[in-house]
Amino acid sequence: MDRAATAARIAEVIEPFNKNGLAIDETTSFAGDLEWDSLTVMDFVAAIEDEFDIIISMNQQAEIETYGQLIDAVTKLQG
Amino acid sequence: MNDMTKPEAAQTDLFSKFDPMIETRRSLLATGVTDPFSLVMEKVLSPTTAICSGRETILLGTYNYMGMTFDPDVIEAGKQALDDFGSGTTGSRVLNGTYAGHRAVEDALKEFYGMDHAMVFSTGYQANLGIISTIAGKGDYIVLDIDSHASIWDGCKMGDAEVVPFKHNDIEAMEKRLKRIPEGAGKLVVLEGVYSMLGDIAPLKEMIRIAKENGAMVLVDEAHSMGFIGPNGRGVAEDQGVLDDVDFVIGTFSKSVGTVGGFCVSNHPKFEIMRLVCRPYVFTASLPPSVVATAATSIRKLMHAGNKRAHLWENSRTLHKALTDLGFKLGTAEPQSAIIAVIMPDLERGAMMWEALLREGLYVNLARPPATPAGMTLLRCSLCAEHSAEQVAIITGMFERAGKAVGII
Repeated sequence: MDRAATAARIAEVIEPFNKNGLAIDETTSFAGDLEWDSLTVMDFVAAIEDEFDIIISMNQQAEIETYGQLIDAVTKLQG
Repeated sequence: MNDMTKPEAAQTDLFSKFDPMIETRRSLLATGVTDPFSLVMEKVLSPTTAICSGRETILLGTYNYMGMTFDPDVIEAGKQALDDFGSGTTGSRVLNGTYAGHRAVEDALKEFYGMDHAMVFSTGYQANLGIISTIAGKGDYIVLDIDSHASIWDGCKMGDAEVVPFKHNDIEAMEKRLKRIPEGAGKLVVLEGVYSMLGDIAPLKEMIRIAKENGAMVLVDEAHSMGFIGPNGRGVAEDQGVLDDVDFVIGTFSKSVGTVGGFCVSNHPKFEIMRLVCRPYVFTASLPPSVVATAATSIRKLMHAGNKRAHLWENSRTLHKALTDLGFKLGTAEPQSAIIAVIMPDLERGAMMWEALLREGLYVNLARPPATPAGMTLLRCSLCAEHSAEQVAIITGMFERAGKAVGII
């Protein structure tokens, strides 16, 4: 799946997690802008993993701070 | 330009990262409650009673499940070892720190669990830290429950493996993650028998079967089950009939055994190499002779503690039912272990309730994030086989009065 198609599917997955209806772009940060607690992060990561049938290990999660970085990582992890 | 005019570089205060926690603590204490994290026990009278702030207090938050801390045989063994071997070993297990007592306690563990190998660490924390970080290294995968103990997480971090958590006790979530691991990679599944925050047990039978089907090795932390869960007190894996499929059992001396120390038991044929490659085992001083002597004596007595075990379960069931009937919200619908977690609405009322209980003469653990799951504040009660039925009735009355005074029930 190319980056654009991946981004579209991530946009669908993130919607129920974006409780404040924040306008999300590539620079949106999960901790800073979305203000997710660790539990929400875990549920969201699990949802992304299940959607794409991939593993995003804790080690990889540590490198993902923004929405754009997540799209990059998921695009790459699909191989 | 000379050095006299050179401006001093601004110093970043490394402690500023703790500011949010300092503020939480300050605002809590400003409400006037006693600091729940600096209680001092002035005198300990028995496994179930102590003097705190001059008042006799029932202990309901000690993990001293089997009440071995004042067992006369255990005390005697410790005194004898102090006389015979001195106060400490002043050395690593692999140098001058292995005495006859260290071997003897490892023999007791092998017998207790019916396993080929036993390795004793200076604490339970170090046992998880050491074993996990040593066996799962770069390129390997660790699949673990999200509610795992801090020592498990720290072992994962230290070892450089890829760390993949799954939702608490969720068999399907675990299986999905195992199946996604690249072929050929080493896999370790880390589970706990009893999760200490809510006192719930894991569905080990299913989880271990799935782990094995997917080619993973399995490590189970049985810290909160040793001595009273399973036909021989070997823990939840024994109780569910899957102990033979567990590659590594991690345990501690600081709960049912009644002293301090940690261990790993295993049937892995190459297990002994751990003694040379596991840094938290090598680069620290071994346990004092008196500690290993009390542990060995206690472990051997726990092999024949059927009556005490039955009484502990009775206590757990009685208190669980009484607190449920009073209207408290508990961590589990049924008693699954010797831990009963009472869920508090928030930290402030949790601290008020904790203090009201202490005034009544009852000590429980106040647990708060990040130790607790889902940001919960808990009053965690752990029962002891030495609590009398009368004490359990007194405890129930204390909870009722304190709960009403604070407005929780």
